[in-house]
Amino acid sequence: MKRLIAFTPFFIALVVGGFFLWGLNPDRDPNEVPTVLISQPAPDFDLSPIEGVDVPGLARANLVNSDTPVVVNVFASWCVPCRAEHAVLSKLAQKDGMRLYGINYKDKPKDAARWLNNLGNPYTRIGSDVSGRAGIEWGISGVPETFIIARDGTVVFRFVGPVVGEEATAEFRAALIQAGALKSEES
Amino acid sequence: MIPEIGHFALALAFALALVQSVLPILGANREKLLWMQSARATSLGQLSFIGIAFAALMRSFVTSDFTVLNVVENSHSLKPMLFKIAGTWGSHEGSLLLWVLILSVFGAGVSLFGSNIPEPLKARTLAVQAWISTGFLSFMLLTSNPFDRLFPPPLDGNDLNPLLQDVGLALHPPLLYLGYVGFSIVFSFAVAALLEGRVDAAWARWVRPWTLAAWMCLTAGITLGSWWAYYELGWGGWWFWDPVENVSFMPWLLGTALLHSAIVTEKRDAFKSWTILLAILAFSFSLLGTFVVRSGLLTSVHAFAVDPERGMYILFLLALSIGGSLALFAWRAPLMEPGGLFKPVSREAGLLLNSIILGAATGAILFGTLYPLFLEAVTDEKISVGPPFFNASVVPMMLLLVFVMALGPYLSWKRADLVGILQRLRFVAVLSVLATLTLWYLQNGGPVLAYLSILLAIWLFLATLREWGTRIRLFDVSFAESLHRARNLPRAAHGMTLAHTGLAIAMFGFIGSSAWKVEEIVFVTPGTTIEIAGFDVTFEGMERVRGPNYVADRGTLVVERGGKPITILYPERRSYPVAQSTTTESAIRSTLAGDLYASISTPLSETSEQSGALTLRILYEPLVNFIWIGMGFLILGGGFSLSDRRLRVGAPRSRKTLPVATAPAE
Repeated sequence: MKRLIAFTPFFIALVVGGFFLWGLNPDRDPNEVPTVLISQPAPDFDLSPIEGVDVPGLARANLVNSDTPVVVNVFASWCVPCRAEHAVLSKLAQKDGMRLYGINYKDKPKDAARWLNNLGNPYTRIGSDVSGRAGIEWGISGVPETFIIARDGTVVFRFVGPVVGEEATAEFRAALIQAGALKSEES
Repeated sequence: MIPEIGHFALALAFALALVQSVLPILGANREKLLWMQSARATSLGQLSFIGIAFAALMRSFVTSDFTVLNVVENSHSLKPMLFKIAGTWGSHEGSLLLWVLILSVFGAGVSLFGSNIPEPLKARTLAVQAWISTGFLSFMLLTSNPFDRLFPPPLDGNDLNPLLQDVGLALHPPLLYLGYVGFSIVFSFAVAALLEGRVDAAWARWVRPWTLAAWMCLTAGITLGSWWAYYELGWGGWWFWDPVENVSFMPWLLGTALLHSAIVTEKRDAFKSWTILLAILAFSFSLLGTFVVRSGLLTSVHAFAVDPERGMYILFLLALSIGGSLALFAWRAPLMEPGGLFKPVSREAGLLLNSIILGAATGAILFGTLYPLFLEAVTDEKISVGPPFFNASVVPMMLLLVFVMALGPYLSWKRADLVGILQRLRFVAVLSVLATLTLWYLQNGGPVLAYLSILLAIWLFLATLREWGTRIRLFDVSFAESLHRARNLPRAAHGMTLAHTGLAIAMFGFIGSSAWKVEEIVFVTPGTTIEIAGFDVTFEGMERVRGPNYVADRGTLVVERGGKPITILYPERRSYPVAQSTTTESAIRSTLAGDLYASISTPLSETSEQSGALTLRILYEPLVNFIWIGMGFLILGGGFSLSDRRLRVGAPRSRKTLPVATAPAE
């Protein structure tokens, strides 16, 4: 019995060491966030529009059988990086004709409306997710987060964090082109 | 030439370590005095050669020798001298060199000052120390040589990560390593005792000063680290429960438990296997820390030099040292005869509880830190365990510990009278409750847990002071007499009082700055005024200033209270062109009551840049400075205990054969 207790630390160390050995696999990148929804149909949700903003709400029905791939951006007025991202997304929507839908995450309708009035509204549809319920369905880890949805309603790309800066914008643009949401011929 | 000398010196040190790994221990087994004493020469030799290597690397940094790859990657000719020097240990390779340097300092320390340690124990201890040394020197020479040359040399270097260019962080690694590596000697003592198959009061007495020294350095290192995180990272927090922070906290907890457990082994000849196990674990967790920081195993905001191949080598060292010592423990520990008996209410029982709580807290932190890895291995799912887990698991344990800590010094050995103690503490208890209620009335709300914690902090503070007061019979006898008694009290008693009150003081800081912190994140344009915690802060504008190797955007914030000017704060956003990165330099107005803490960030988007808006983060952190003051008390308390005469002289003569000299053991 005494011996058994004395061996316990050794066994625990052995088990922990085994996990370490597994964890050292060079192909493993601990910083990579898995993309839960990739190649999965977009989750089921139905959100009403934001009061005081004159674009319609957003539901899963708007994402399936559309004529072009669309982008769903999760944002909030209280989210500081969203503000930075807003300019990039606006440009993509206005100049390049990307179709942009928004999910307004855990935001007060009044704040969201004022935010969109000040910065401009690039979204053609916005669902108001006051409870954060749709956010759970989408499995977001924070705002902002941006998804590209193919015409049949499957999620083909997920971008965590703000699409800001050259590198991120280039990556996002490449994904848009690959999904067919943007034409590749532009300079 | 100089780098080659350094490289060669490292190789020589490695050769000496190999000799020291074998010869003294063979000598101890065959009772050959000369073989045993060879450890003295080899350990001093190791220190000299590693010292030469370290000096060579430092010279390369100071003179900006860009033929050395490590210097190119971590230095720049324009960098201030202090950070050129600190650059020596700013990289993976350099910090490893510092690691082995400190390892050799402790080894040589035992050789030089350990003349009161029996020769066989000393020989075995130094041999075990040399095993560790061999492992790390070979690791350096094979995978992480700091003296690799680069041809053709570039015109200038890449600069040290600007976040690390800070006095606090320049000193943080050496102190932290003194702590981490200091536990190596305790580990060596423990393994040597297991090899000898004997642990006695004398052994515990030899181990304690080394543990104390390591623990003090680790405390200082952690404090400096959190202070740096607080004022340099710009987020206003001092602890994030990040894996890299956790791996320094775990050896600290175990070291604390070891300090207390060794007292029982010394005074009552009990808890032997437990003390040995703690000694092994404290260093094992230090090694674990080295591994986690360098292997890229976990996601961390601080991880550096991420390289799985190096990780594999360290894992191999870990398996040998931790696996080997724990196996040895499992084999030998049950043979150790148990010592003194004690009742469920006694000093021993109190210290046992202390060990259990500290051990459980370490277990919880280890589990929380590694859980993401476990889960990913088993289910392929990736999650992160955040502060809520640690707060929910560790904080209650610590509160229980604080409650018991106040009682501990009142408990007598073998059997204590709990009712009597509680009666003596009646007044303290009433006072603590009254003080907490007053605070609650003044503060007008806040989380219940915060008030409970404050109550316990006051309780610990007062109970500890009362115990000290009783010892010097304060107010019972004349003040002069009390003073006289205080002078005659063993230093260790003052050390305990200082350390325990220090923890209580630090608790005020922990609680105040987490429970009553006020935070505002706002967009500002020149002229904007924000009101926070009774202060009116007006943003006046930005200007560009130049530093030695950076340019900064400096904001001016005028702080007023009730219309009266208080101070002007200048938070900066520095951009380092060479390293191509930016840092946030917060501006802090520090008072005992709390800090007003401001930091600014870059213009956020094209739209806001046009309007000149910036993001300003202002925090009011009540009592936060008590953290550093309290930690200072802890370190001071450790110093007092370390200077206790009883630790330096007259380790009890349990052997008849060896003459015991009275040389200092620190």
